[in-house]
Amino acid sequence: MARYFAIRIGRAMITIALVVTFAFVVLRLSGDPALIIMGPEAPPEVIAAFRKAWGLDDPLWMQYFDYFGAIAKGELGRSMRDGRPAIALVLERIPATLALTIPALLLKLAIGIPGGIFAALHRGSLIDRAVMIGAVAGFTVPSFVLGLVLVLIFAVQLGWLPSGGQETWRHAILPIVTLGIGGAAVLARFTRSAMLEVLGQPYIRTASAKGVSWRAVVLAHALPNAAIPTVTIIGFMVGTLIAGAVVVESVFSWPGVGRLLVVAVANRDLAVVQCILLLVAATMVTSNLIVDFLYGFLDPRLRNREAAGAH
Amino acid sequence: MQPLVSLDGLTVAFNGVKVLDGISLSVGRGEAVGLVGESGSGKSVTWLAALGLLPKTAAVSGSVKLEGTEILGASPSTMDRVRGGRVAMIFQDPASALNPVLTIRRQVGESLALHRGLSGAAIHAEARRLLDLVGIPDAERRLSAYPHEFSGGQNQRIMIAMALAGNPDLLIADEPTTALDATIQAQILELIRRVRRETGMAIVLISHDLGVVAENCDRVAVMYAGRVVEEAPSAELFDDPRHPYAHGLIGSLPPIDGPRRRLTAIAGTVPDPKAMPQGCAFAPRCVHAAALCGTKPPRLRAVGENRRVACVIDQPVRATDIIGQAAE
Amino acid sequence: MTAPLLSVDRLVRTYRMRAGMFGRPREVCAVDGVTLKIDRGETLGLVGESGSGKSTTGRLVLGLENPDAGSVAFNGRRLPAMDTTEWRASRARMQMIFQDPLGALDRRLPIAAQVREPLDIHAVGDEALRTARVEELMRSVRLSDDVGQRYPHELSGGQRQRAVLARALATKPDFLVCDEPVSALDVSIQAQVVNLLIDLQAELDLTMLFISHDLRVVRQISQRVAVMYLGRVVELGSADDLFVSPQHPYTRALVSASPTPGARRGERIVLSGDPPNPAAKPAGCAFHPRCPSAFARCRTEAPALVEVAPDRSVACHLTGPESHATVALGAVA
Repeated sequence: MARYFAIRIGRAMITIALVVTFAFVVLRLSGDPALIIMGPEAPPEVIAAFRKAWGLDDPLWMQYFDYFGAIAKGELGRSMRDGRPAIALVLERIPATLALTIPALLLKLAIGIPGGIFAALHRGSLIDRAVMIGAVAGFTVPSFVLGLVLVLIFAVQLGWLPSGGQETWRHAILPIVTLGIGGAAVLARFTRSAMLEVLGQPYIRTASAKGVSWRAVVLAHALPNAAIPTVTIIGFMVGTLIAGAVVVESVFSWPGVGRLLVVAVANRDLAVVQCILLLVAATMVTSNLIVDFLYGFLDPRLRNREAAGAH
Repeated sequence: MQPLVSLDGLTVAFNGVKVLDGISLSVGRGEAVGLVGESGSGKSVTWLAALGLLPKTAAVSGSVKLEGTEILGASPSTMDRVRGGRVAMIFQDPASALNPVLTIRRQVGESLALHRGLSGAAIHAEARRLLDLVGIPDAERRLSAYPHEFSGGQNQRIMIAMALAGNPDLLIADEPTTALDATIQAQILELIRRVRRETGMAIVLISHDLGVVAENCDRVAVMYAGRVVEEAPSAELFDDPRHPYAHGLIGSLPPIDGPRRRLTAIAGTVPDPKAMPQGCAFAPRCVHAAALCGTKPPRLRAVGENRRVACVIDQPVRATDIIGQAAE
Repeated sequence: MTAPLLSVDRLVRTYRMRAGMFGRPREVCAVDGVTLKIDRGETLGLVGESGSGKSTTGRLVLGLENPDAGSVAFNGRRLPAMDTTEWRASRARMQMIFQDPLGALDRRLPIAAQVREPLDIHAVGDEALRTARVEELMRSVRLSDDVGQRYPHELSGGQRQRAVLARALATKPDFLVCDEPVSALDVSIQAQVVNLLIDLQAELDLTMLFISHDLRVVRQISQRVAVMYLGRVVELGSADDLFVSPQHPYTRALVSASPTPGARRGERIVLSGDPPNPAAKPAGCAFHPRCPSAFARCRTEAPALVEVAPDRSVACHLTGPESHATVALGAVA
């Protein structure tokens, strides 16, 4: 068991390191932070001083090792714009993001899963087709288009809801809905196919043949099996809790981590970007680990292969 | 005496295509009836339809009576009580017929709760007794195990235990041993025989294996392309089959001893349900076919005391006709 | 006395597997010292249940896997090592057909192209010759001409199996291994394919190894039969006699489990216990945990395959050379 997790955690570490390395290289190769932050009119000495102060003159590999060395000590760098520790900047924005992503996740679960199950149970019917078409629409429409359309309808035309900012709870409604719809659509499709797959299995027929009512067959026999693949997708969605709202936050001017990331990349504010990516990678990887663990809980066949039958 | 279950004119169609065409069959109390046929014969569909286990897209008509009461088209709650409680069904490939994420105790207990009204500790005790009955060693511990922890033969025993949990009057066994090794098959059939002796339960044994059916059933019905073509007591059927298809089928079994003879190979293939021939479904492949055979499907008529044959030809087809008849 | 076409001597094949993610590696001995010979023009039937090692033996005999010990000699010479040029050339002399014809055929190619493929691979003759040969093959397996243009999924199970057979016979092999070729087919179609195999064997002087769990089909098509259990041959004899008067307790149980409509021969024998697990082979005679006649010696010493009558060998302490028990033909345990 310990070995199982050790391997997984090792792989997780490698994943995180790869993500951060990628960001590291791309950011540095794609623009000069000094120029961008100081502005194009700044005199060359200022720019040079900036570069020196932030170690941007050092060779790439040296910057790389310095960075990882710093991480090992727990220092994640400072923002080049205001000098504050990157981690502090990020942490103070997390609550705002979570205020969107957590309700959005709940919305996805509340709409997507029942929708998918319902469509599967009534396969081929009008309802099923409507749900499926709705789902395709939901995840093909880009979130910024969806967001803007919703703003157009509810903020501009009807005037019911505000179009941006973070002042009241009403401001959160449109962003949450925008975020939730795409995910709900994906979840609905996925849950539907997982359910259909399970409903076609021989053991469902056995349960019916035993005289189990259809309702009990769906709830007690089908759902626990359909949950297994569905949990994968949900795990993925949980992994995007921190940075999954980049576009939506930008559209709605919501001061969260996503917005910070956009601004930081534009400014080549290296430490901040790297810090956010590190956090995102860590969240994703942790959530995957939890999903792996959950599998063992949900699927007895994975628990202890030693005990698997005679052949 | 009223039969336990009687099917009359049972017809099933999927999207307008008939797969079962007027099946009439009855099973008496405690009787063992065999149902033989190859793929496309409709032998499984017959009982799935009778128990209301076909999907909603299936159009089922005719009559299915359980001790005189019509159950075809009955309400879902009525059917839920019949299934498992009066008529139980076990299937092929036991490994996939059991829910992989539920314990054995949960699955057997479900039947016990539904049909015998047991709960709590009583379920545990009775489930244990059933597992012992079907020969699962170390039953107490195995109750909390999952299906993947058992072998194929053991899984089939568990299915039988589940079927017995509701004290059914009739067990429909749909190819129960086809996916199992020969010696395990013998064990399972022996178990079924023992259970029948002890409880007087009736059984319908569906199989493509003529030998298995011959050994374990009192009466056998042969199906072809959605119809019953011959029905007779087991010994009589295998000694002296009347219908040309039954005859061909029995002749295609290689003998295990005695002189080797060329196997009867029925020419052609089973007709596609979408393009069923007019008249007798077997006529295109039948060596005895006459003009009359192509006009309308022959009805099952009584031949002798307890036999029925769906063929217009009167003279019996003799065993001696088999030799040299291997048309390709 | 001509030498046998195929001679197998103390063949052993062991697989190393790991149970689960962190189980200890286990050794599964699939074939445990099998010695057989097949004469030219003869069919040897190989019977057994799952875990008996019969399919592995079939693959070893063709050289599709390398044995861990023992040898296979074809036409007096050892089989060449796998993936050598010699080995590839030997494929033209020995072929195999399997249980699932749909899986054995390429779904993207029409039948005629697949039957022709071996001719192309081994560069047999020229274009015209190959086309003629394909036609000849299709006729010999009794497939009509138009079938050649169709795709595998458009054919019935029986037709597919014939197509596989036609392809296997393309290079006029001397030796054919059939691994459960009719098990997935309906009974009446089985009869067609079995008749075909018997006819082809006579026409082409084919030597065959026919692997199956179906005793009746094996008896129909084989001259001699070997019964395998957990990697070992437990009984070997002529097809006519072996199923009529089986000597080994396992063979008896097998025959009993394979009923023929009509009178029952002998008593009904039902084995107790679980099916054998090759990964956990019992000590001594592999069959002893389930054997109704097991005694002390069976638990410790594995019996050797010994000739107990002309053309009959049995691996059992009850019938071995030191045993005084006379097991008369037809007697029942």
